[in-house]
Amino acid sequence: MTQYRPQEDLSKRFWVHNLQELRRSASLATKVFIQRDYSDGTICQFQTKFPPELDSRIERQLFEETVKTLNSFYAEAEKIGGSSYLEGCLACATAYFIFLCMETHYEKVLKKISRYIQEQNEKIFAPRGLLLTDPVERGMRVVSFLAVLCEGTELLTSGLPGEDPQK
Amino acid sequence: MCVEMCPHPPHLSGCPYLAVKITPAIPVVGGILFFFVMGTLLRTSFSDPGVLPRATPDEAADLERQIDIANGTSSGGYRPPPRTKEVIINGQTVKLKYCFTCKIFRPPRASHCSLCDNCVERFDHHCPWVGNCVGKRNYRFFYMFILSLSFLTVFILAFVITHVILRSQQTGFLNALKDSPASVLEAVVCFFSVWSIVGLSGFHTYLISSNQTTNEDIKGSWSNKRGKENYNPYSYGNIFTNCCVALCGPISPSLIDRRGYIQPDTPQPTAPSNGIAAYGATQSQSDMCDQDQCIQSTKFVLQAAATPLLQSEPSLTSDELHLPGKPGLGTPCASLTLGQPTPPSSMPNLTTEAALTDILPLKEEHVGHQFLTPEEAPSPPRLLAGSPLAHSRTMHVLGLASQDSLHEDSVRGLVKLSSV
Repeated sequence: MTQYRPQEDLSKRFWVHNLQELRRSASLATKVFIQRDYSDGTICQFQTKFPPELDSRIERQLFEETVKTLNSFYAEAEKIGGSSYLEGCLACATAYFIFLCMETHYEKVLKKISRYIQEQNEKIFAPRGLLLTDPVERGMRVVSFLAVLCEGTELLTSGLPGEDPQK
Repeated sequence: MCVEMCPHPPHLSGCPYLAVKITPAIPVVGGILFFFVMGTLLRTSFSDPGVLPRATPDEAADLERQIDIANGTSSGGYRPPPRTKEVIINGQTVKLKYCFTCKIFRPPRASHCSLCDNCVERFDHHCPWVGNCVGKRNYRFFYMFILSLSFLTVFILAFVITHVILRSQQTGFLNALKDSPASVLEAVVCFFSVWSIVGLSGFHTYLISSNQTTNEDIKGSWSNKRGKENYNPYSYGNIFTNCCVALCGPISPSLIDRRGYIQPDTPQPTAPSNGIAAYGATQSQSDMCDQDQCIQSTKFVLQAAATPLLQSEPSLTSDELHLPGKPGLGTPCASLTLGQPTPPSSMPNLTTEAALTDILPLKEEHVGHQFLTPEEAPSPPRLLAGSPLAHSRTMHVLGLASQDSLHEDSVRGLVKLSSV
């Protein structure tokens, strides 16, 4: 889904710097997965339970805020209401050819999410050595935080909004 | 239904007769209905029903670890008992099952289709007439297909009968039948179709209005017979909302990349656009030793980090991918068919693996007949080369299977999926 790729620019310089850091002190990457939360049905939601592996890497509140924001984005994408019905009916009336010209509401929100994740990575997670990965790349199963355990202090964790399996 | 719409042999035909006698709107309406039916049929057949991509090895390992912790067992060689998780949705306890093929805990209402060998979200059923699973993303097309087909069948039946009656008013009943023998055949076919198709439409209308899937209805998951407290937690309460959501709700985009190429074993600078592409890159990690693994995993992480920055279009993505895929498509196949087949597990190259499994059925035939003449050998590559698009899809889908320890059944199932 290449259409969700945000702009390059500043991020590239930022990541180049990080690349150099990581090359110097690369080690095994640890991944922390946050699973989906099905307590509200089949809608896309991720668990806000704080995984213990991230305890030393990021504040609980920041993590929860990120996951909650992602959840709210997904809720917006899957929202059923007047506008989604209208889109569905219009699409049906045009035999779905209209999607050759315009994106579905869901796809627009997915783009927003991808931009948000990149922002979060730049501002919040990368300084803590974490990398959040977009759930769309994981089939909406998990949010994974990739933590690259380095000899130094850099930790690259990529997190995908996921929901922890609730017992 | 096609018979009615096509002009009959010169001396007397149904459509022109009715068009002249009653109104020319009849064949027009019939034509519109027919094209609508075909359109929805094709849409149902060729759209992704909501396939859930298989878990990456890292995710699977993480889940296994969590399950082991939960069960208190150490990782043994034997297959552990079926794993389930319980979730409370809207007051109802729902069991989430662990899918051993896809290595995920299935979302509620999802089910694994053995024919397609994939977990499908909101799995309704696998329809052999349509040649595809009916799931979350294509249920509305399926419903429109059977609904329009029932209208079309009733329409044709009605006008065939009208046609015969009008003719028999002029020339007598038996003469009318003799003049248009096709009408009899059409009437019989439509009559029996009406019962089945209209019945199916009615059943699915009931399912939509109560927000159930065929799977749930057959199992009686939410019926009152199971207990007084049993109710459907997914229903929105009223019929109108249920219908609107099922038919006009938002469609999520496909989670699988059906046009992508299979990732090679060695990590390449790729732009993982979905679970499958990323999965391919991760697979390469686990194949390597520790020292390499560190480097490779870091590279992967960096690539993953870099992927938001790549402005690529689908055509560019495929060009960027370093694959012995597209250009070398013919050669791996040719080399395989002419040489001895090696077991799939020993093939290092995913594409050749895929090619091998693709021609496995042909190989079996050869073994059975105990010959592998030079005349036979060239035929598979021709067959395969003849359908590069289908083959690339097959390979891509087969790539998934190869990551999953290449169970033959899975592979065959995926080959079937790609062929529909």
